[in-house]
Amino acid sequence: MNHVSRLKEVLEKGEFAVTSECGPPKGADPKVVLKKAELLRGKVDSINVTDNQTAIVRMSSMAACSLIINSGLDSVLQMVVRDRNRIALQSDILGASALGIRNVLCLSGDHQSFGNQSEATGVFDLDSIQLVQVVKNMRDEGIIVGGETLDSPPDLFIGAAANPFADPLDFRVVRLAKKINAGADFIQTQCIYNMDRFQTWLKMAEDRGLTEKAYILGGVTPLKSPGMAKYMKNRVAGMDVPDELIKRMEGVAKDKQREEGIRICVETVQRLKQTPGVKGIHIMAIEWEEAVGEIVERAGLLPRPLFGDD
Amino acid sequence: MITAEQKPFEEIREMIAPYQRILVLGCASCVAECAAGGQKETAMLASTLRMKGKMEGEEKIIEEHTLDRQCVNDFVIRLDDIIEGYDAILSLGCGAGVQAVQEMYGEIPVIPALNTEFIGETRAQGLWVENCLGCGDCMLYHFGGVCPLARCSKQLFNGPCGGSVDGKCEINPDIDCAWQLIIDRLSSFGALDRLEGIYPPKNWSKKQGGGPRRIVREDQQK
Repeated sequence: MNHVSRLKEVLEKGEFAVTSECGPPKGADPKVVLKKAELLRGKVDSINVTDNQTAIVRMSSMAACSLIINSGLDSVLQMVVRDRNRIALQSDILGASALGIRNVLCLSGDHQSFGNQSEATGVFDLDSIQLVQVVKNMRDEGIIVGGETLDSPPDLFIGAAANPFADPLDFRVVRLAKKINAGADFIQTQCIYNMDRFQTWLKMAEDRGLTEKAYILGGVTPLKSPGMAKYMKNRVAGMDVPDELIKRMEGVAKDKQREEGIRICVETVQRLKQTPGVKGIHIMAIEWEEAVGEIVERAGLLPRPLFGDD
Repeated sequence: MITAEQKPFEEIREMIAPYQRILVLGCASCVAECAAGGQKETAMLASTLRMKGKMEGEEKIIEEHTLDRQCVNDFVIRLDDIIEGYDAILSLGCGAGVQAVQEMYGEIPVIPALNTEFIGETRAQGLWVENCLGCGDCMLYHFGGVCPLARCSKQLFNGPCGGSVDGKCEINPDIDCAWQLIIDRLSSFGALDRLEGIYPPKNWSKKQGGGPRRIVREDQQK
């Protein structure tokens, strides 16, 4: 079993990192997870596993991460604070480390009103920044909330998310600073379609010295159709899809739209590669894991650096 | 104040179905301010129930009365003079009022006619908004007088989340993003630096961790 974070190794060696994600199934079949992970083998350094994303009940992120690790791949455990209080969160941090999971991404989580359990209570005992701090204290100080010591600390590379496209812009960087000061080792951003706004945000982060303190991975999502682009623009809060991208998707024949989506995505990745301050990419190909290998290959990011037991 | 809304009429009818002599009991405090259970609403509900009962051929006796405060025993006890003969009380008090009346008159079922909602303010005529969760440890100083617990959908102490757009909350564009309000307010105070530090995890024991809360003030006891 892999007991070091491959993502951490790649970033620390100064390589441009590639992560992707896998949404667990609405079911108990481990083969679904393993099949998705197999599509990503050799294409990415680590696989994020979403935690009941959009507040829809799915196989637990920790279980799916464990399955992925046992197949010899690295995974990032996404943990949202929506469903668990600090007792459960800290317990799961210990459990994740014990299972060999080496990366955790601390998130607020989509609000429960969006999913298929809209009558559920939202826990939100901690917020995402507090969770980052809690995990860091567990790892580096060996203490839990309240100061009690652990018998043995968890070994986790700590991540957080950032959305350069939400409001208010000026405060976005303050919040990024808070996440990094809380202990985030790496940051994965919301999907980048508006490169100008992303660059503005990144410049503000650089001015505060934040790009030196944490590894920033730019998020990308290939568009499948103009309809998807419009949906993201109009219906997903905090998503910024410029009109010219929608026009570009509309300007190609229907059977060429997926190809155009991949082409746009590759162009974005290439720009991110040339952007100092960006240390990697995070590809969120929603229910389209097949696209990841192609994007990575066409962006000139293959082969992935190999480490350890490979 | 405590806000409330009347339950659906049919739900109320169903709950009072087994009873013949019913006292519809209003409360002239918070629930009157939010036009849910004051004297006027109590008279209206009692009259609608009487009318519906007559149409259905029922022989219920439905009468009404309004207390100044249902949640204060000194007021509740005034029912002693009129309670005789009723086999149920339909209370238009908040949850605290219903329970105080029930506590006082244990032998008579007290039925809630309202759904108690939240601690809030009357922002405009016909508009009430939630702004306090009664957490027992007020943090408003740190957040420019805007409570992130009551007013941020995700209760973030270190917001805003990635769903804040044009000052609105991702879960409903009718909801202001509490964090936009906090940032704007602290900016206007020149105190935005209060948000640079990480606000620590909340001590929930002041709200629910110690079980149901009570306040004991010996200086107020005789």
